[in-house]
Amino acid sequence: MGKFKKKKSGDLPAISTASLPDIVFMLLFFFMVATVMRENSLKVKNVLPNADQVEKLDKKDLIMYIYVGQPVKELQKRYGKESVIQLNDKISYVSDIKSFVAAERASKREELRDYLTAALKVDKDANMGIVGDIKQELRKVNALKINYTTRQGDISENRN
Amino acid sequence: MAKRAAPEVNAGSMADIAFLLLIFFLVTTTIETDTGLNRKLPPINEEDVDVVIKEKNIFTVLINDKNQLMVEEELMEIKDLRKAAIEFLDNGGGTGEDACSYCKGKKSPTSSDNPDKAVISLKNERGTTYSTYISVQNELVAAYNFLRNRRAQELYGVSFAEMQKNYDDVNYKGNKEKLKEQIEKIKIEYPQKLSEVQNK
Repeated sequence: MGKFKKKKSGDLPAISTASLPDIVFMLLFFFMVATVMRENSLKVKNVLPNADQVEKLDKKDLIMYIYVGQPVKELQKRYGKESVIQLNDKISYVSDIKSFVAAERASKREELRDYLTAALKVDKDANMGIVGDIKQELRKVNALKINYTTRQGDISENRN
Repeated sequence: MAKRAAPEVNAGSMADIAFLLLIFFLVTTTIETDTGLNRKLPPINEEDVDVVIKEKNIFTVLINDKNQLMVEEELMEIKDLRKAAIEFLDNGGGTGEDACSYCKGKKSPTSSDNPDKAVISLKNERGTTYSTYISVQNELVAAYNFLRNRRAQELYGVSFAEMQKNYDDVNYKGNKEKLKEQIEKIKIEYPQKLSEVQNK
């Protein structure tokens, strides 16, 4: 019977942290896969509205993003509290959309230019006036494919 | 020769390194929303073409700057909009050439002739909130989707959404040509005719 030694009672054994790195790596890989690098930092408030009849956007590289919303706190002194447009990394005006679309088109291969979609990421509290202006500008430059980017959810959540 | 055990590498700081990386990724990345409502803007026409549409074939939706909804001259809640739009599109009140064989509506003579003739006209004011506008768009798209799904179920036993998903699926086993034809057929039967009035 000497083969089975009785456990030493007394000291609590230290908890092994050997698997901690594995756990953290697992989390790390999850975030690496599920997220994308931030392309441009947001300078406007951007809480998207909900909709449930959504389609998925494919061809990520053929999308130009137009952000609309109230400027963030730090910029409100300069731009006021009304909704503004953000193109690339800076706050712009409606008149800048033409050159923005032209620049986006020029950066794509010629045969793909017709598939370019404008994704409107508009804050849910913005008013339609500015959105209407943007749509009118897009029509002028013949960029007719648009997408109202929304989160997936019930529309009843849109009411504040 | 003395047998020396290889010294163990201290892995105690491994967790710290991993945490560092994790926090870096948490800060620099975002979970991107890549869903939305696809729309197509009408091209700008140089010459104004006057298209005569019968009054009864137009379903007017107006959102004012207090986010109230007026549908066909009557105040309406957003939750009732989908049903009203379906009723209008699926009315099928036309006779003779305009008759609609697949409509299941009331066939009221004061509502639309057939889904091909029916136009939804959406008008908003500058002060309308974007979230309300999206809600309305969503309900109108839902009305079209409902009718298309129903028609697809009737004809082919699968929903329209399923058909489109299959069409986009590269691993789909069935006949894609045929599927495309079927999708087109339903799109012709229930075309999305959503016109937006430009606010001045």
